[in-house]
Amino acid sequence: MKTFLLRIGTPDGLLFDGEVERVICRSITGDLAIMAGHINFCTAIGMGPAVVVLPDGTRKEAACIGGMLSMMNGECSLMATTWEWKDDIDEERANKSKERAEAMLAQSDLSEQEYKLAEFRLKRALVRLDVKN
Amino acid sequence: MAANMKAVKLRIKSVQSTMQITKAMELVASSKLRRAKERAENSRPYFEKLYSTLTDIAQGNTDFTHPYAKGNAVTKTCYVLLAGDRGLAGGYNANVFNKFEEIRGGSECVVLPIGKKALEYAKRKELPCLTESFAELADIKVSGCFDIATTLCKAYKAGEIGHIELVYTKFISMLTQRPEAAMMLPLKDLAKNNESASDEKEPGKPRELILYEPSAEVVFERIVPEYLAGVIYGAICEAAASELAARRTAMESATGNAEEMLENLNLYYNRARQAGITQEITEIVGGAESI
Repeated sequence: MKTFLLRIGTPDGLLFDGEVERVICRSITGDLAIMAGHINFCTAIGMGPAVVVLPDGTRKEAACIGGMLSMMNGECSLMATTWEWKDDIDEERANKSKERAEAMLAQSDLSEQEYKLAEFRLKRALVRLDVKN
Repeated sequence: MAANMKAVKLRIKSVQSTMQITKAMELVASSKLRRAKERAENSRPYFEKLYSTLTDIAQGNTDFTHPYAKGNAVTKTCYVLLAGDRGLAGGYNANVFNKFEEIRGGSECVVLPIGKKALEYAKRKELPCLTESFAELADIKVSGCFDIATTLCKAYKAGEIGHIELVYTKFISMLTQRPEAAMMLPLKDLAKNNESASDEKEPGKPRELILYEPSAEVVFERIVPEYLAGVIYGAICEAAASELAARRTAMESATGNAEEMLENLNLYYNRARQAGITQEITEIVGGAESI
């Protein structure tokens, strides 16, 4: 199958740079897959599991949170706020952060900002756990 | 002569203790620099890719309907000014401020100072600050950058500011750091900035058409704050590394100067001591002869 160049970057560095067959991630409107020969395209990424399919057919899974995906002239760049490969996810930490966020959401006297923050944390933890298992 | 010798001795002591401080600061800066440099180099691909992708979008975008893209009617510019938290870093802070004055050109503006020195500068020049809550450069993490971006977007949408520019110091190598300015919003500025550069090379280059999912407005709404945060984070990493590198260089030369001063002072002190001894001997001999 035809392949295309994919770059995955986060503020902590360039995590992936190479030819891939397909990349699947969750955008703000739903899951989407990009394959070679896609029209110039741009969208914002939501929170969810992502999969990169390498030319030899291996699937690399990751947790992807926030950012943007753009396909320009056959080159795809995925600039994520956080991107963690399945192997790098710290399950214990995600579990703890989930518990903390749940405890926080259980309180009734939260300001809107705090509520949003806790909700965001919980979502992040859930995405990580989802990918890990 | 004896009084003079005492003064020289005191001077030597004071230079020595200053040298100890500059040497310690140099060592601290160079060990911190290693980490900061790594961070800056790691974030650079993200920073550059993000900026170039947004420039591509800005150039390809033909409709410019979203306020983030076409700009609002306000002419006031907000400068995100990145300077150090502390002084004693050679010309580091002064260079950034000069660059800032150069691009500002006396026009009316708002500043968002990051770094204690930037805040002090804004206060001294009596420039209005958008917010003063991000004064400590060293404390800002990725989440802090998102807060900054949200603040900027809010002000932009409310029509308080019409342009956003970033003034920071780019880390080029251990010995060179260059103050730079980058346009951030509206995206029209990015396109203009780039067109003037690429026009000479490729006149009449066709615009690239881009498909936005679900629509350009929604995508801009989501991407722009993230883009601002990403670019600011990248600039903070660069600025932090630049500050440490500038401090290291400044302290290195200060230590060198102190060494040179000590050498001269020691030479002077020894001469004075020698002269004193010679004089005493002459006096004794003179005294003995007269008896």
